[in-house]
Amino acid sequence: MAYVEVRGLTVAIGDGSLIVDDASLDLEAGQVLGVVGESGSGKSTLALALLAYARQGAHITAGQVVVGGTDMLKLTGRPLRLARGGTVAYVPQDPATALNPKLSIEHQISEVLTEPLKERPAIVQAALESVGLPSTREFSRRHPAALSGGQQQRVALAMAIAPGPGLLVLDEPTTGLDVTTQARVLELVDNLCQQRQMAAIYISHDLAVVADVADRIAVMYGGQFVEVGEAEQVTTAPRHPYTRALIDAVPSVRRRLRLSAIPGRAAELSPKRQGCVFYERCALAQERCQTDAIGLADYPDGGQVRCILSTPPPAAPRVIVDEAEPAADQKEAALLVKNLAAGYGHTQVLHDVSFAVGPGECVALVGESGSGKTTLARCLIGLHERQAGEVLVFGDYLEPLARQRTPEQRRDIQYIFQNPYASLNPRRTVGDSIGVAVKFLGGVSGKAVQAEVNAALERVELPAALAGRYPAELSGGQRQRAAIARALVCHPKVLLCDEVTSALDVSVQASVIELLRGLLEDGLSMLFVTHNLAVVRSIAHRADVLEKGRIVESALVEQLFATPEHPYTQQLLANTLELADPAGGE
Amino acid sequence: MADLTLIPVATTARQGKRGGHRLRRLGSLVAQGVVTLFLVSALVFFATQALPGDVAKMILGKTATPDRLAVLREQLGLNRPLLVQYWDWLSGVLHGDFGESLANHEPVTSLIGERLVNSLSLALAAMLVIIPLSLLVGVAAATHKDSWFDKGFLGVSMVINALPDFIIGTLLIALLATNVSHLLPPVSIIPVGDNPWQHLSAMILPVATLSISGVFYLGRLVRVSFIDVTNSEYIEMARLKGMSQRVITFRHALPNALAAAIPAASLVAAFTIGGVVVVEYVFNYPGIGMLLVESLGNQNLPVIQALVLIVAVSYFFFNRLADALERR
Repeated sequence: MAYVEVRGLTVAIGDGSLIVDDASLDLEAGQVLGVVGESGSGKSTLALALLAYARQGAHITAGQVVVGGTDMLKLTGRPLRLARGGTVAYVPQDPATALNPKLSIEHQISEVLTEPLKERPAIVQAALESVGLPSTREFSRRHPAALSGGQQQRVALAMAIAPGPGLLVLDEPTTGLDVTTQARVLELVDNLCQQRQMAAIYISHDLAVVADVADRIAVMYGGQFVEVGEAEQVTTAPRHPYTRALIDAVPSVRRRLRLSAIPGRAAELSPKRQGCVFYERCALAQERCQTDAIGLADYPDGGQVRCILSTPPPAAPRVIVDEAEPAADQKEAALLVKNLAAGYGHTQVLHDVSFAVGPGECVALVGESGSGKTTLARCLIGLHERQAGEVLVFGDYLEPLARQRTPEQRRDIQYIFQNPYASLNPRRTVGDSIGVAVKFLGGVSGKAVQAEVNAALERVELPAALAGRYPAELSGGQRQRAAIARALVCHPKVLLCDEVTSALDVSVQASVIELLRGLLEDGLSMLFVTHNLAVVRSIAHRADVLEKGRIVESALVEQLFATPEHPYTQQLLANTLELADPAGGE
Repeated sequence: MADLTLIPVATTARQGKRGGHRLRRLGSLVAQGVVTLFLVSALVFFATQALPGDVAKMILGKTATPDRLAVLREQLGLNRPLLVQYWDWLSGVLHGDFGESLANHEPVTSLIGERLVNSLSLALAAMLVIIPLSLLVGVAAATHKDSWFDKGFLGVSMVINALPDFIIGTLLIALLATNVSHLLPPVSIIPVGDNPWQHLSAMILPVATLSISGVFYLGRLVRVSFIDVTNSEYIEMARLKGMSQRVITFRHALPNALAAAIPAASLVAAFTIGGVVVVEYVFNYPGIGMLLVESLGNQNLPVIQALVLIVAVSYFFFNRLADALERR
């Protein structure tokens, strides 16, 4: 019998829809299981259910979670409270909001302990040391706000391991962190599980992260495990069409690949569901997939797959995009930035930043959080006032603030925000949001507006009927397309894309990247702000690396990835996680 | 803020910078306060001057001859330009001199002094009831969200907050002091020279009137901020750590909920000072509110100006305090 045995774990919401459907898994002490899934796959609900906890509106309706011989789901009252934290511990996605702002970190770690009060400070110290934090009184008396993001995540880890649990449940613990910090936290998780012989379940949307940390991987879709297996097998020779599609959508830092998106949108919850959950989006679906109940089939190597196909799905041909640089006329750059400086109050954020974007070129601005990349983009669009320097679009000088610029200048340079959930007005239809841009800046009115809106929607491959819908009725990918349409409707010469794919699932990211690639081929110039090097590799021609407000390296993308010169670039590249080279790939 | 916390080494230098920044902000707050209070004083003076009626005629009665009226106006300085009168008044106020009562030539400060103590006692007693009680009710309603208690509390608070203080006071008199029962005195008599705390029974009804509206208002705010906190991720995290409901409520949730409720309490203090004026009139309580009503009746301008200024300044002070606490 395995140390952790989960059997038939099922979580339902009020109408009877299953958000976690019959999940079973085995895990030995010291082993890490990765659970991978896109948003809405039920992975966070599964994580909480392992602690016998369900959010409001959801209920654990069946199953067992046996850890070291105790079934978590059979416990109530005080024994359950002791088991939470004591037997199964949880590490949250965002420690900035999951740590109590009014309590010291020492208090938050020690309150989980059951040892006599006298012994607790020593245990807290040991826990802080084992996650690589200072164990001084001065440090442990701090409140969470006085720590950096990476330190907060370490505190959350220390809080989880201090009582010595048998199972650690980590829910996207590195999603908000920089690659460098992420690499350190992943290494730490790995070491802790080895040293303390803890089993861990690591939940993430990022296949490369899970592949790095986990021994085994379970792929989740629509509340079900669709494939379970050894990490290497799942990431290199997947057996389920969904796993295959997911891998094909992941960009690579090795080569510039065309990314294939998964068609359709994520499975919707419904109390009456039959057949395969992935049926509607599956390229290999057969008629009986729609109706037959499909169970997990066992493979001889211990893997499990929920699919009627007996042969593994073929890899999509990975097309390498032409690396040729578009003929850039250096005399007249589409966007030219000279000696730009900016800051907030007394904090200088950008120092003497200069770079150029040629016509039809995509330049990536790469940096970690706090490097000043978003401030730079906001200076260019005129939302933040620069202190010094010049910004020119095709030789035309732009004033520091948007309101000082002419409508033509404002039309020429358009901005796409990171989060399509926040950048579209929820009380306006998509068509109105797009239309207002062209009415305001383009001097177009009446019927012509409608025509412009429709043309923009068509360009981002959205049906014209979506113009009448509100953002809440759209999926994440559709929203980001609508946000791109709002920029395109002004017929800009330069697009500023600020982390436009980082709030999106990989499959949606793939479709947005390919859409942007199409726009580049039409001759648009683009500044692509991101921290994701694989995305840079798949779309950008040149890259400027920003560290602490200064450009430390500027090179063609092929050159940058092959021979990074600056130590900071080398460090970023070294810490970027990558799926193993797909066996079937070209 | 994010990069401030990223680099622990640099904290001392940064803190120095932040300290200077804080001092400058405090300076600008004080400057703003001075300007606002100056405007308030001007508004109070000119608005009360604009009240209909002739002070000289009020003092001498309707039978006064025009000659005598003219002499008195000259004595009181009522013929001088308004701006000059304002300047005189303001410089007096800045020296702690609010002038003399027109009715009996007593200095306004000594006339107001005792009344002010009575009113402040009333407001203080009300706040001492409002703050703990609204915390208790608000937290209880939040922790039992959607229970009959919570729904009842919300329903009643809707009605109470729609009622003006003088109606609540009148209802209380009808219930506890006249028509239904005679448990408490309907009129608050506090002899001159006595401390109001020696006459507790006289204070109960006025304090209850102020507290009822205060508790139902502040209690609702406490309830909302407590519910917000309860829905936060750190409370979910506390549950996942196996903390008991008691620890979650008092150690994890309450300190955070209080941070949001304290500015609101300061606003309630401001409302209470406004409410005192009305409630005193209902109960005939000898405080500044009663004095204000009397002074309005006989056009006693120096007293009216002093009282309105006191109420306005304290209202301003508590609003500012609420702002400052909110921004913290």
